[in-house]
Amino acid sequence: MEAFLHQVFSGLANGAIYASLALALVMIYQSTHHINFAQGELAMFSTYLAWAMINAGLPYWAAFGLTVVASFFIGLIIERAIVRRVADAPVLTVVVVFIALLVILNSVTGWIFTYTIKVFPSPFPEEPLFGPYISSHEAGVVGVSIFVLVTLFLFFRFTPLGLAMRATAENAVSSRLAGIRTGWMLALGWGIAAAIGAIAGMMVAPIVYLDPNMMSGILLYAIAAALMGGIDSPLGAVIGGLTVGVLENIMGAYVVGTELKLTVALVVIIGVLIFKPTGLFGRSFVTRV
Amino acid sequence: MKSNHNIKTLILAMFVASVLIGCGEQQTDDQDASVDEIKIGSTNPYSGPASAYGTIGRAESAYFKMINDQGGINGRKINFISLDDGYSPPRTVEQIRKLVEEEEVLFLAGTLGTPTNSAIHKYVNAKGVPHVFVNTGATKWGDPQNFPWTMGFNLSYSNESKIYAQYVLENKPDAKIAILYQNDDYGKDYVHGLKEGLGDKADTMIVAEASYEVTDPTIDSQIISLRASGADTFYNVTTPKFAAQAIRKANDIGWKPLHLLNNVSTSVGTVLEPAGLEKSVGLITALYLKDPVDPQWADDEDMKAYTEWFNKYMPDESIDDAFNVNGYIIASGVARLLEACGDDLTRANIMKQMASIKDLQMPMMLPGITWNTSAEDFFLIESAQLARFDGKEWALFGDVIGN
Repeated sequence: MEAFLHQVFSGLANGAIYASLALALVMIYQSTHHINFAQGELAMFSTYLAWAMINAGLPYWAAFGLTVVASFFIGLIIERAIVRRVADAPVLTVVVVFIALLVILNSVTGWIFTYTIKVFPSPFPEEPLFGPYISSHEAGVVGVSIFVLVTLFLFFRFTPLGLAMRATAENAVSSRLAGIRTGWMLALGWGIAAAIGAIAGMMVAPIVYLDPNMMSGILLYAIAAALMGGIDSPLGAVIGGLTVGVLENIMGAYVVGTELKLTVALVVIIGVLIFKPTGLFGRSFVTRV
Repeated sequence: MKSNHNIKTLILAMFVASVLIGCGEQQTDDQDASVDEIKIGSTNPYSGPASAYGTIGRAESAYFKMINDQGGINGRKINFISLDDGYSPPRTVEQIRKLVEEEEVLFLAGTLGTPTNSAIHKYVNAKGVPHVFVNTGATKWGDPQNFPWTMGFNLSYSNESKIYAQYVLENKPDAKIAILYQNDDYGKDYVHGLKEGLGDKADTMIVAEASYEVTDPTIDSQIISLRASGADTFYNVTTPKFAAQAIRKANDIGWKPLHLLNNVSTSVGTVLEPAGLEKSVGLITALYLKDPVDPQWADDEDMKAYTEWFNKYMPDESIDDAFNVNGYIIASGVARLLEACGDDLTRANIMKQMASIKDLQMPMMLPGITWNTSAEDFFLIESAQLARFDGKEWALFGDVIGN
């Protein structure tokens, strides 16, 4: 029983990691209707920025704040400089651009920072505050994911800017006619996604160690989480992430064995796509012909 | 007249063709002793998932740069062509073909990775190209009967496992062993070796096995399962990142087994420091190289020479990274091989020299761990010494084990 509880809480902690990256994926999807395969590598790159700042002597929270802001602008610039140019291209072109971004960011980071793993500090205390099953940092990650989720919800629900972004995603033409600068709304979406990714990266790194391939495995699970919850639903992404995390641990430890853990995640993706293509919390759109 | 002209043209064409064909026939695979350059080929993962190993290739290149600065070997410069294969077997095949067929390298040395080398194993043996210092610990590189052109470098994973098995049988005969291993040839080779070493006690002693994939973000779940098995001995067969995670997680959940760590992940700077030095106390491993971060070698002559070389030829890299030692020793082994070959730079002589090494103590190898090969024995390193981590350094104990 003790081991079972341990597996569940460890799964929740992993799930919170998947959820935080899934939130960034949802963010981009909401504003551009694309799945950004480079999201994980962007987050990893941001985490290296934070690591460099902390190593240069900045206090943790200063580095944290600066990294989030810097990542926002990096996302913005990538949208303006690269993604925008292929906005009207076929979807495969966009996918190729995203994969190219993934490879470039991975190699450039490795080239600058080398591939040896680095220790990234946690802002949470070392001793476990929430019982023996979950470390303070893991609990902190769950808390941060929920905080980001609530912030996003409030932003989209109650601010005019959030409304304008939602409008742009739903119907770009009408939004432009209503006076919204739709191009900038897309860039803003990229910026916010990159900022969320940076937070995810800084939460993940203390657990898995910082290295250029830190996010490659996590991205797979994050995509599974986002699809499961509904790719356009932030709440769905968080619930999807936690579910995938716990499911993966329980299945791996007690049912299918560790060799098929990843397979479980992939089966989840396929299952959801077959039986509920919009995800558990996704809305289905009806398009009038 | 016209037909005469045609005949002349025909004769000329035949002559040209015969010269060209003749060139092809005369061309040999072996390099002429008079050439002032020796071409050596290699592949390394400079990009991709295993790019942490890329530094090994850079260390090898840096070592040959030093050799060339000192005037080369027997008056010949070394042209070391190390290409990126991204740890992807199809790319290894492509790059090795390029090295053998276009660059016409004399031999291959230090090609890295088990899956990558597996992909070229048959090709290089069919071509008769020496494929030496193969940089993986898989057991299959020591098979002179079937693959006379291939010889590995590292202590084989199964021999290393047998050293741990011997230690457990002697010191903890009632041990309950839990194994964590990477789900590929490398991990399975280790597990297989341990089972062989334990013999008929393997079934009763091994109480749990868990695997992980390199794409897994964490191995926390596996550690929890292994602890729950009630094991008091933990055999940790993982690569550096996962080793650091496993050491830390086992400690954090209060699991204190006899912890045997595979040699792949013994670097103090890149594994134990990230895991936490105080959490690494008591780890046991089998060593055969000197770690540059280990203070016990601070005044060692080998280490001084290594540090001097490193600071001059690899100033931008991290000296903490023990992978560089691996590249350094391979390159110095290649240099030693070429010295032994003298002016007889044929592929056959390279294999002959490679297979006639006797009690050779190389720099940066632990004292007493010597290289030995013969026409029947294609395993270069076959011994190691156990060491226990005391919070600062790997303290060697016991005798050199193996043959």
